[in-house]
Amino acid sequence: MDKILRIDVGSQGGPKAVETGLGDYEGLGGRAMTSGIISKEVPPLCHPLGADNKLVIAPGMLSGSAAAMSGRLSVGCKSPLTGGIKESNSGGQGAQVLARLGYAAIVLEGKPSNDTLYKVVINHDGVKIEADNSLKMLGNYDLVDKIKDTYGEKFCSISIGPAGEMKLSAATIAITDMEQRPTRHAGRGGVGAVMGSKGIKAIILDDTGCKMRKPKDPEAFKAANKEFVAGIKKHPVSGEGLPAFGTNVLTNVLNEAGGYPTRNFSSGQFEGAGKISGETLAELETSRGGKATHGCHTGCIIKCSGTFHDKDGNYLTKQPEYETIWAHGGNCCIDDLDAIAMLDRLDDDFGIDTIEMGATIGVAMEAGLAEFGDAEAAINFVKQVGEGTPLGRILGNGAEVTGKVFGVERIPVVKGQAMPAYDPRAVQGIGVTYATTTQGADHTAGYAVATNILGVGGNVDALKPEGQIELSRNLQIATAAIDATGMCLFIAFPILDQPETFQALVDLLNGFHGLSLTADDVSALGKSILTKEREFNAGAGFTSKHDRLPEYFKNEKLAPHGVTFTVSDEELDQVFNW
Amino acid sequence: MIKIDLNLFVTLSEYLPENSDCFEIPEDTTVEKLMNDLGVPKDIVKLIFINGQRKEISYQLKNEDRVGIFPPVGGG
Repeated sequence: MDKILRIDVGSQGGPKAVETGLGDYEGLGGRAMTSGIISKEVPPLCHPLGADNKLVIAPGMLSGSAAAMSGRLSVGCKSPLTGGIKESNSGGQGAQVLARLGYAAIVLEGKPSNDTLYKVVINHDGVKIEADNSLKMLGNYDLVDKIKDTYGEKFCSISIGPAGEMKLSAATIAITDMEQRPTRHAGRGGVGAVMGSKGIKAIILDDTGCKMRKPKDPEAFKAANKEFVAGIKKHPVSGEGLPAFGTNVLTNVLNEAGGYPTRNFSSGQFEGAGKISGETLAELETSRGGKATHGCHTGCIIKCSGTFHDKDGNYLTKQPEYETIWAHGGNCCIDDLDAIAMLDRLDDDFGIDTIEMGATIGVAMEAGLAEFGDAEAAINFVKQVGEGTPLGRILGNGAEVTGKVFGVERIPVVKGQAMPAYDPRAVQGIGVTYATTTQGADHTAGYAVATNILGVGGNVDALKPEGQIELSRNLQIATAAIDATGMCLFIAFPILDQPETFQALVDLLNGFHGLSLTADDVSALGKSILTKEREFNAGAGFTSKHDRLPEYFKNEKLAPHGVTFTVSDEELDQVFNW
Repeated sequence: MIKIDLNLFVTLSEYLPENSDCFEIPEDTTVEKLMNDLGVPKDIVKLIFINGQRKEISYQLKNEDRVGIFPPVGGG
């Protein structure tokens, strides 16, 4: 991982690839790499779909090694959805394969001179870029099948669907999993639209003939990995709960806590929650021959995913995540798992963010475009996005655009990005993260739900403002650092509760890179990433006034607790005052 | 006697008694005693929600409480 691949898509005669050394970016990985390059090389005021924006794709510091859980791929750019910096990361095989091919980053830059679509093929022998207009407007599933015809069964693809080609702000970048299914997505912030603006449909990676990355201190690394794996296995969340029931185990939890956003964030409980819960989903999956436990990348030992089969027992989609089931389910009052799974499949195929899409449909339903609970209408909305009808293009640009077009006041976004599956009035810590993160409303940026609701990393009362600023601050710093390592964020459950597992993570970094980092150094890494991101956003015009929730969260009480968001603006402004 | 709406989730569901949504218990029952009476191992009880609020296992149950109990879980 000692080189960066830069592809200038604006070169005469089509995209040109140049390999460079790491230079200023030596030692960086994941989010530290993407936000490092974006903050240094991209003018903050540039148009997100223009020549000056760049799309950076980077494996983490430990990706491509034998470290468990090290397969997250970071994708960075200026976001067309938020107008700020974006790091959207994903599972799938991308990080492991790209790291083994030796690349610390791929950077797409410039602006194409025409609308020819290209594919980039990277293997042991080098890089080839080919025009291929036969790929135009293919869904991710058909695209991968077509790639298989030429490149066989061993590649990993990083691709966009029709939504990315249409440069819609909810467009994702799909990454294939171990079964070559395009089920893992850098979902948030419209990164797919930026890839579309560069005229690149797919990056096809094949690491045949490449070796696993070797640690500088093999003995220390091996010992740390053993301790790390043991820590993940022994924690009840990562060792038992997530493998058995997946992320959707949270449906019943958040519903019981009264923090499950229902009917476009107008209530905190959904009466149909039991029908779409993780328990119900796991039973349905296994009864149809699907799997309730499945890993998304080589080296995953938590295996929180699964496979969802339709009523006839045929593969339809991967196990939809909690966020997806909430967004398309409870948020739209849809309690039919088959309909939600179909929406998940369509989102993955067209390349659309499931959170943004579900939140958008909730707003559309509030606007009266369909009744809440109308699953058929929801499916039709998503199909229109894929087809690019005028309504589909509005919806595909997210909740804020849709709310404006149809005159809706209750639009659950921060910095233009839709909130995920936790109402900030009943889970006030996550409200602080939504408001203040550089990313726009994003639960993964500082998952205060763990401590507010799940009793992980201690306990802070979810319904009160006290302690939420410090909680969100510490989690945002730690998360930024984890996002640099390439580690799956679900390692946070054991490392928050078990100091020895956190130490094992630090020892993994040290053993692999021959460093002597301490916990303080890891914290400093997180802070340096956040600082760069905030500087970029300030340059793009963001002020503290953008670190706020929409007004109605302060004014409208949420049932069943009758609460509003009560963390003050002055407190919110202290999150980055470390 | 008082009546509670008892919900046991995930791996605890196997301990759910009949008539759980209108379950009769003596007035001075704590969550800990209820778990003991139902045979739920205390060490797998992690999250206790009473009417949507997190409570300790020493919480004394009241008439018409909605009770939701989980083992350790996480997601996101």
